[in-house]
Amino acid sequence: MKLRFATVALLAGTVALAGCKKEPPESLPPEPAPTTSAPTTPEPTGPVVGTQEHFENAVNGQNVIYFDLDRYNVDSADMAALQTQAQYLAQYPNITVTVEGHADERGTREYNLALGERRANAAKNYLVSLGVAANRIRTVSYGKERPVALGSNEAAWAKNRRAVTVVVN
Amino acid sequence: MKPILALLTLALFAAPAAAQDAQPTASSRDLGEPVRTGGEILTIEQQEQPQQEGLTFTVTDESAWQDLGIAIPGFATDRDVSTPANSSGTAALGRELARVVFNDLKNNGLFEPVGPDALPQPTFAQITAPNWPTWSSRGAEMLVHGYVRARDDGKLTVGCYLYDMALKSELVREGWIVPPADWRRAAHKCSDLVYSRLSGENPFFDSRIAYIAETGPKGNRVKRLAIMDSDGANHRFITTGRSTALTPRFSPDYSKLLYLSYVDGNPRIYIYDIGSGRQTLVAETANPTIAPRWSPDGRYILYSMAVAGNTDIYRVSAGGGESVRLTNAPGIDIGGSYSPDGSKIVFESDRSGGQQIYVMNADGSNQRRISHFGGRAATPEWSPRGDQIAFTRMAGDFNIAVMSPNGGNLRVLTKGWQDEAPTWSPNGRIIQFFRTERGSGKTSLWQVDLTGRNLRRLPTPVDASDPAWGPILP
Repeated sequence: MKLRFATVALLAGTVALAGCKKEPPESLPPEPAPTTSAPTTPEPTGPVVGTQEHFENAVNGQNVIYFDLDRYNVDSADMAALQTQAQYLAQYPNITVTVEGHADERGTREYNLALGERRANAAKNYLVSLGVAANRIRTVSYGKERPVALGSNEAAWAKNRRAVTVVVN
Repeated sequence: MKPILALLTLALFAAPAAAQDAQPTASSRDLGEPVRTGGEILTIEQQEQPQQEGLTFTVTDESAWQDLGIAIPGFATDRDVSTPANSSGTAALGRELARVVFNDLKNNGLFEPVGPDALPQPTFAQITAPNWPTWSSRGAEMLVHGYVRARDDGKLTVGCYLYDMALKSELVREGWIVPPADWRRAAHKCSDLVYSRLSGENPFFDSRIAYIAETGPKGNRVKRLAIMDSDGANHRFITTGRSTALTPRFSPDYSKLLYLSYVDGNPRIYIYDIGSGRQTLVAETANPTIAPRWSPDGRYILYSMAVAGNTDIYRVSAGGGESVRLTNAPGIDIGGSYSPDGSKIVFESDRSGGQQIYVMNADGSNQRRISHFGGRAATPEWSPRGDQIAFTRMAGDFNIAVMSPNGGNLRVLTKGWQDEAPTWSPNGRIIQFFRTERGSGKTSLWQVDLTGRNLRRLPTPVDASDPAWGPILP
């Protein structure tokens, strides 16, 4: 796990440099990763193909894309993440995924269910446009029912307005 | 003044079938045992006609009757005998009946009642011949008397009388024959009789609420379908909590519940039959279905369905069959609430950019926006009286507001950080909603009357959201 946190931290730094305004501002790991022990060869005993962990490692944590308030459009940062996902899905054609659409708590419950569905479909449509077969991608909306960030502030809401790609076992 | 109802037999639910279906099907995995929800209640004609005079108040000046003192001593019994309704017997049950009436009238901010625990107990004979000096010396302006009698067939007869202390005369009386398990309904009917006679409004206490019971931390909430009486009594869970349940709606006859469940992993609307404990999908489709609503006559169901991310409103017969698509604008069209006469539907759409409220004819024609006051507007619900639409107003914070069906006369009734999802009392005088606490995400049910003055939290065993108030029980 520490290994993966280190990777995510590196990625977050890269994205921040790229000027991604929608990346949640506090996506650093909860505790500092050891800098001296991070091996450079991650493969030998790593997660196996077909697991969520393998997928997340392969796409450098870019299995999640984020949306602006009440929006569902896929912007350039999202496109980069989805392109990485599409490459992975091209490499492993037997893998199917579910795209989970989510909304922040600052919306009415039913509308957020519809909004989450629209976000999940936006991500799915972009993956399909990159050549992933539509029947390999299921969508599901959780509306505001499954937040990952638990605060009631803009930083938390930005993290919860998301579409998460999950490998189906 | 309402005439006394004569011998109306109203069957409620058939007794629930024995739970013989041991093997749960996929769609019933989250369901608990079927709940018993009620028996037959008979309204009986009392022997004497009440006089048709005395005090009445109009709701345009609610302050006039909100301070009205009402004495509600224990209901008397002719003979203190054992009853399944109370282990101590019918005398103790009589005091419980009066307590329910007292709490109904007090908790809703109506009147200034004094209950049986602070009053002397009248005798059985005094119920129809009050001892006036006892009550006038206590400053009561109105007096409620009642009795309970165990019948030979095991049922209970409950009588309810309202007296005007100034006139020293009876204003109204009514009686009911109830199964012992439904004794609280007789008390609510007495509350309704008093409320209706004094306010001139339609009754609302003898009704039920469906809602979502919530437990667990904000990041992992368990959400269960639950039902309860209008005063929070007779609380029952319908689902076990293994799957998330949301947004219930009672059918107008209380035989069924519409609600959303993730029981198969996807958000879908189910029609749950309360008597049998079985449920079916509202529409056989792979697409998500959300936001279920009944038509006022119970013949139709509105639901919203997302197809390739685009959500529209559909109508289907409650008995099944082909769905009819009512909206086709790009964007999210969702919800929908019929006018009481069934001719129009108020709904929510973001076709103009943000969430706003629209009205259309029941066949989907003539769609037009009615909310034009800044901020966003969502979850519209048409009052059972037809004169107002309640909704969630989002302008900074989320609050409950009402407006006329043409979009005018906006009035914001609450001041929470996040108040949403209004539902009307059966008489269109009170609105319930749920409030989410900033930070913790804890939820609770509240109600407010149309004056905005009487705001009250409803007691629930655990956190609660998505209230849906049903009509007066049949």
